[in-house]
Amino acid sequence: MVNTGVTLCGIPLDNPIIPASGTFGYGQEFAKLYDINLLGTFSFKGTTLHPRYGNPTPRIAESASGMLNSVGLQNPGVDKVISEELPALAKVFHKPVMANVSGFSVEEYAEVCRRFDACDQIGWLEVNISCPNVHDGGMAFGTDPHAAAAVTRAVRAVTKKPILLKLSPNVTDITEIARACEAEGADGVSLINTLMGMRFDLRSRRPILRNGTGGLSGPAVFPVALRMVWQVANAVSIPVVGMGGVSSADDVLEMMLAGASAVEIGASNLVNPYICRDIVAALPAAMERYGISSFESWIGGTKAWQET
Amino acid sequence: MLQTVFTVAENRPLAEGIHLLRLAGDTSAITAPGQFVNLRLDGFFLRRPISVCDWEEGGLTLIYKVLGKGTAALTEYPAGRQIDVLTGLGNGYDTEKSGEFPLLVGGGVGIPPLYGLARRLTLQGKHPTAVLGFNTEKEIFLADRFAELDVPVILCTADGSRGVRGLVTDGMAQVCKYTYLYTCGPERMLRAVYAACPVSGQFSFEERMGCGFGACMGCTCKTVTGYKRICKDGPVLEKEEILW
Repeated sequence: MVNTGVTLCGIPLDNPIIPASGTFGYGQEFAKLYDINLLGTFSFKGTTLHPRYGNPTPRIAESASGMLNSVGLQNPGVDKVISEELPALAKVFHKPVMANVSGFSVEEYAEVCRRFDACDQIGWLEVNISCPNVHDGGMAFGTDPHAAAAVTRAVRAVTKKPILLKLSPNVTDITEIARACEAEGADGVSLINTLMGMRFDLRSRRPILRNGTGGLSGPAVFPVALRMVWQVANAVSIPVVGMGGVSSADDVLEMMLAGASAVEIGASNLVNPYICRDIVAALPAAMERYGISSFESWIGGTKAWQET
Repeated sequence: MLQTVFTVAENRPLAEGIHLLRLAGDTSAITAPGQFVNLRLDGFFLRRPISVCDWEEGGLTLIYKVLGKGTAALTEYPAGRQIDVLTGLGNGYDTEKSGEFPLLVGGGVGIPPLYGLARRLTLQGKHPTAVLGFNTEKEIFLADRFAELDVPVILCTADGSRGVRGLVTDGMAQVCKYTYLYTCGPERMLRAVYAACPVSGQFSFEERMGCGFGACMGCTCKTVTGYKRICKDGPVLEKEEILW
């Protein structure tokens, strides 16, 4: 028997599988399809202080082995999440959930985290400093180490819950941002958010996305994500949650080998709503295939090529 | 919603740029005309959402327009080929609201879901009339099938090659009285129909979708009653809740 359990910032997970924010809503759609308690946990929809509609449509475009989105943080706002979504979630999900938090100022990040800090259902705060689809916020905080440090510091001051900073790949050196977060007391980092991209319609000559640009996700980004997880895991000593194009149990193992303590799955939920359930089910056999009895020595356990 | 595997029973051209696809499989998740299915095609990451034209136990009919590489690839799917499908998506039309003489207004590839609706309305003893709009005669499809249901059809073509020359609103002007309106078509047509329609009704919208089942917020629109996901809370909206 293999042990699929992992620990993320001191909280045990039955398995490392975590549906990623923005692809799983607040859990309700998926709870109708399968028992979501079989997941490690999930990261709910990015939540801001005030309700947001997001960007105008179209906000979805396809690309080879992936998709672009420019949703722009549509969410009902932190108060409604606390008063409506969390009580509804308690009926179908009995594990600590990961709260994904976004903002347009350091103060907003801190205020949303402060309000979530009082919620027992929330295990971790995943602080999204990497949304590429909003102006004057989101990614602006994740592409500058000083801004990333400022958000981390402000959030750290309002909560004892584990905080994970969700990092942007749209930077020259992601390890610099990760180290800045670690230095200010982050309990972990999660990466990667989407890669900024574009598509044009050849007939209309306009961008397909009304917002112009969007974030690329799906299997197309997996090698990029894997490389960044590996770089960051080697640069910091806090846990790394890996994500980006993961769509199979083998992808999960590869992400963990690169250094991820747990793995988020995003775009693939939208194409196969059962993918996380299926990966959880496939994980023990995949672990046996590679002789993994537990994840302890597997996480970050890559071997180097030897000179001959 | 149900994830299932359908088998292609028939896949053939129906009119210029328009194809008919009959699929065999479990249709139990489809509960109302105007709902859609989401097809996973080999080599394409996102699924293709297509409205259900008609269905019965064990099979359904889709009519699709070749718009891009995905739908072009779908035309090559032979009988016997299996397709992974999410079925029973969206809310669909409510036939209870129709009154005795509903008017069905469709444009181009927006017409197929109105056929399944017309068949159910006639089975309920109602007397629908259909106004069907096309660009030109060569693109006409399904009009004869409405006629087989004894549904009076007013054909409109933009170039006047058949029927009323003009838009569906020109065809609507020939119907003196109707109790309710059901419509589906391009947004510009829906706007014109909205402006021309004196009664209440249901409008079916189209949007680029990520998931098709309400998870990604990719297709949200603003309505009088708040934000609605076209895929999950729609695609059918009440006339009174539409914000243009």
